Amino acid sequence: MGMNKKRIVVTVIGKDEVGIVAKVATVLAENKINIIDINQKILGDEIFAMTLLADRMDSTLSLAQITDRLKESIKSMSLKVTVQDSEVFQYMHRV
Amino acid sequence: MEFSNEEILETVGMIADDKLDIRTVTLGISLLDCSDPDPAACARKVREKILTKGEKLSQKADFVSDEYGLPIVNKRISLTPISQVVPVADPAAFVEVAAAVDKAAAEIGVDFVGGYTAMIQKGETAIDSALLEAMPEVLTSTRRFCASVVLASTRSGINMDGCYTMSKIMKDAAERTAAYDGIACAKLVLFANPVEDNPFMAGAYYGAGESESSILVGVSGPGAVRRALEKLGPDADLGEVAEAIKKSAFKITRAGELVGKKIARQLGVSFGNLDLSLAPTPAAGDSVGQILETMGLAMPGAPGSTAALMMLNDAVKKGGLFASSSVGGLSGAFIPVSEDASMIEAAKVGAITLEKLEAMTSVCSVGLDMIAIPGATSTETLAAIIADEMAIGCANGKTTAVRIIPAPGKDVGDFVHFGGLLGEAPVMAVSQVSAAVFVKRGGRIPAPLQSLKN
Repeated sequence: MGMNKKRIVVTVIGKDEVGIVAKVATVLAENKINIIDINQKILGDEIFAMTLLADRMDSTLSLAQITDRLKESIKSMSLKVTVQDSEVFQYMHRV
Repeated sequence: MEFSNEEILETVGMIADDKLDIRTVTLGISLLDCSDPDPAACARKVREKILTKGEKLSQKADFVSDEYGLPIVNKRISLTPISQVVPVADPAAFVEVAAAVDKAAAEIGVDFVGGYTAMIQKGETAIDSALLEAMPEVLTSTRRFCASVVLASTRSGINMDGCYTMSKIMKDAAERTAAYDGIACAKLVLFANPVEDNPFMAGAYYGAGESESSILVGVSGPGAVRRALEKLGPDADLGEVAEAIKKSAFKITRAGELVGKKIARQLGVSFGNLDLSLAPTPAAGDSVGQILETMGLAMPGAPGSTAALMMLNDAVKKGGLFASSSVGGLSGAFIPVSEDASMIEAAKVGAITLEKLEAMTSVCSVGLDMIAIPGATSTETLAAIIADEMAIGCANGKTTAVRIIPAPGKDVGDFVHFGGLLGEAPVMAVSQVSAAVFVKRGGRIPAPLQSLKN
């Protein structure tokens, strides 16, 4: 569990458009957040769904600040973004 | 990835669509070191203790909420029963200390504080009597301080004099807030066999066996449970339904466990316990009644409601107990009328009655909760309703409670509006058959037998 301490899960869901992954990845890179794993799908015809695991060990931002910057970067698109400490998923989905 | 897409999206959906949230983070604070025969000194000590222990509660709760993306709806305080803190039999002393509690709560940004509490299951001390005398005034002059009175227990029976006294106090408090449909009574809970580590208002108090200060968490996700049952479809048998409820309760409880431990660590206090109760709010989808509907009842109150509720209550516990080693509090489904959209609808069309609600409380937590009755209901009838609910708790060795609002000037068919999380409710019919002679006998109903139970 100690290893997970600085890991975050970013979820982006909404209307598909060109360049979503690029925008999200740019914000993370600019803030020294390292992507560990990424999973992206188009559900049905146009619903974009991305889940991404990242390490924020070297970042000075709080989760609220990371969320704000991600929201800012995709504000022209119809997307919802959430950022959560990965411990939530560890607790809820692993016994 | 460590987690599958489905797992992550399930959690995100539970929070965003199904309203999974941490219903309350309640900081329990012992006031045992604040007792003082001088009311002004007592009030000052109590105020300082609340401010010292609670000043960071809101800030830390918000921080943890942001970290995990889990909304924390309420931040609250529960206190040592005030009857054990104010050592003088003077109603004015209780009014003074209560005002200090209310003010301190406002300063640290909590909306409710529990602990204006007396335990009179076997009788009143002079201090209890003073506390009760001041109660109607305290309930109306403070905004945040909630009251609870223990009237019965499995080991001591039912204090019928206490039931009658409380019935009069409820009518008085309702009259004093007649302009707001008697809302003062929404802050008063009467108990049989209460728990000492309940995080939920209005019945929370911080018992004598608790530590100096600890975090008590109430987690809630009726919407998430309903969604899990919807996915099963109408053909799944009841064993499968119970299984789905357990799995869903497990996940909800884990979220609460994580948040509770983290906040306790941040505040430097112990993690007291997690309360598994399914608590509804008036918001669409956040309803225990709707779970019963998804299980296959046309409306809550239909025949079968008691059986369905027993299963729901039991499955939530079985799922939750595996998810946390700190389960405590009330830990059962709540069925308040005014705070649950589906219950409000059922009450409106007469699908659910006071008598059916009473039956349902024998298999769930907590009791006759947030029910509006005609303001003209006699004190004797109200006392008898209270005694009936106490009897269910007493005989079954469980917590039961009464939070009824005798709405002044309102009659069956009228509506009362409390606003916010307290919601709204139609005034429900009360039996017109008298119990006055029985109630006026007074005295105590002896403790029920604990063997030969059939």
